[in-house]
Amino acid sequence: MQSQQTVGGADGPVGADAATPAVPATATQPTAGPAEAAIRLVAVTKAFPQATSPAVDRLSLEVGRGELTALVGPSGCGKSTTLKMINRLIEPTSGTIEVGGVEVRDQPRHELRRQIGYVIQQIGLFPHRTVADNIATVPRLLGWRKATIRARTAELAGQVGLDRDLLDRYPSALSGGQQQRVGVARALAADPPVLLMDEPYSAVDPIVRAHLQDDLARLQQELHKTIVLVTHDVDEAIKLGDRIALLNVGGHLEQFGTPAEVLRAPANEFVERFLGRERGLKRMALITVAEVPLGGGPMVQADAAPAEAEAAMAAEGVDWVGVLAGDELLGWADGADLAGAARVGDAPRTPFRAFVRPGTTIREALDNIVNSRTRVAVVLDDDDRYLGMLTVDHLAEALE
Amino acid sequence: MSVPAPLLAAGDSDPGLWSEFWSYLTTADNWTGDRGIAALLVAHVQISVVAVLLAAAVAIVPAVLLGHTRRGAFLAVSVVNIGRALPSFAIIALVLPVSLEWGLGLGFWPTCVALVLLAVPPMFTNAYTGVRDVDPGTVEAAVGMGMTPTRVVTRVEVPNASPLIITGVRVSAVQVVATATLGALVGFSCLGSLIVEGFAQQNDGKLLTGAFLVAVLSLVTEAFFSLVQRLATPWLRAPRRRARPARSDPPAVALDA
Repeated sequence: MQSQQTVGGADGPVGADAATPAVPATATQPTAGPAEAAIRLVAVTKAFPQATSPAVDRLSLEVGRGELTALVGPSGCGKSTTLKMINRLIEPTSGTIEVGGVEVRDQPRHELRRQIGYVIQQIGLFPHRTVADNIATVPRLLGWRKATIRARTAELAGQVGLDRDLLDRYPSALSGGQQQRVGVARALAADPPVLLMDEPYSAVDPIVRAHLQDDLARLQQELHKTIVLVTHDVDEAIKLGDRIALLNVGGHLEQFGTPAEVLRAPANEFVERFLGRERGLKRMALITVAEVPLGGGPMVQADAAPAEAEAAMAAEGVDWVGVLAGDELLGWADGADLAGAARVGDAPRTPFRAFVRPGTTIREALDNIVNSRTRVAVVLDDDDRYLGMLTVDHLAEALE
Repeated sequence: MSVPAPLLAAGDSDPGLWSEFWSYLTTADNWTGDRGIAALLVAHVQISVVAVLLAAAVAIVPAVLLGHTRRGAFLAVSVVNIGRALPSFAIIALVLPVSLEWGLGLGFWPTCVALVLLAVPPMFTNAYTGVRDVDPGTVEAAVGMGMTPTRVVTRVEVPNASPLIITGVRVSAVQVVATATLGALVGFSCLGSLIVEGFAQQNDGKLLTGAFLVAVLSLVTEAFFSLVQRLATPWLRAPRRRARPARSDPPAVALDA
């Protein structure tokens, strides 16, 4: 091993230094620039011999330590080429690439690669080796002891959500999703500080893909690896990326920022087009209810007089009133039904059918709003206490 | 194999033929001595083993390396076509004068050279195809994880190509065992000698014994390599998650007997 202790620093949760910005980045506060760079590309160019124009043209990019950076763009934008230049599967024509402060060309290729986890779309498991042996690939190359490898393999199986019974099987016995988990476990086996993922989920069906994405997000919260993820799926980039780099054909970096920043202020028409039509909705998926100031809503206690309810309705400009018993939300009553009641609690009530929690995204809250008769999303805390409510106006404000 | 058809046909109608064969085969004296069945069988096996080993040495390493680079498809196809076009007996006849000139004599070497030439094409083509067609994703993963090129070849490409490589050796070996019989025509003592001498001496029992043993030896060779293939590729027998297009069996270019 060479002077790679430097990269080793990003390993555990402890190593993920304080400079790492809070993840996930939110829409409201623009975050500072990237954390200390774990991977630095400076004016990297790759011109393939037969091609008329370079695949990647003077690309400079810094990948923050412990962050997941998504390279996203249309086909031909050089995102995969860029990724493969980091572990030298492709050699740049010019420019420099540093991983953990060390120029990649200063070390033998195979040694560099043993310190960088690599996950590819085709997964590429070794069909002739059992799952356990697949996972053990890099530890074996590094000459770990057998007992250490066995323990590590079992640990990894747990981390990536792989049943240990599967360790003795051959890859052909596994489903696509299980195989991809093995691929990730194999890439993580020697605990490399850096992980390169080349369209890891484009070969699995959408349901499995969503699961695997969630797993990766969870794993990343635990491990804080420096991850570069290549994808053509802008939603995947937004969902997983701490930062996303939008590349245009020829490896031109059009914009680099947190998903929230990019969605709020696309740098140019290309970015705007690439982000797609539902930019607002995509932003909303990044903001949680907790980040939005809630409205109180037309709420009265059950033992209040109808006059109080009339006043609340008038204040909010609605024809219904929410009925509370202390912190507990009982339901809502139609304004027309209040006339004969002595107390608000005596009028016929309808329970609210759906609620959102502070951790819910405001995109889900919007879904609630449009599906409810009252046109509000009711917010309850985890103990079902009433916190407030959201209307479309609140959400629009949050996106300002 | 090389039994003239009329003799077999005659065998159906002539019970004597069968008993002649049986009595020749089961007479202990026929098995012993310099020119006995046992000695001929050993010689037959020997030349086959030498030819297969030489052919493997000549064919498999270049084929694997060429397959590794994924270049040279034209060469691979040419080798197999030339190999198919050359009749073994003609090669023996052609090699004979050269062998005599070089002092290698009659018999063993001319036959062996012909057998090697016969054995090379299936081994070469299968090894080449097998290595070239290893899933590119698997190879990329191996390289990307930091395997050296040597390791990629020996730990990933060759094991994954081994079903095809072994098939190539099996096809070659069976052809070699069958064709080594021809050595008897240029003075090489082998099971073919029983056929040639049996024919000359009008000893049908001897002739049929030779033919029978060559056939048995071919089948044993086939069975042996099938077993080797089975033992060498446990992952192909493992339970599979779902049916896929069968890819475990040799693809189109591969040669099968």
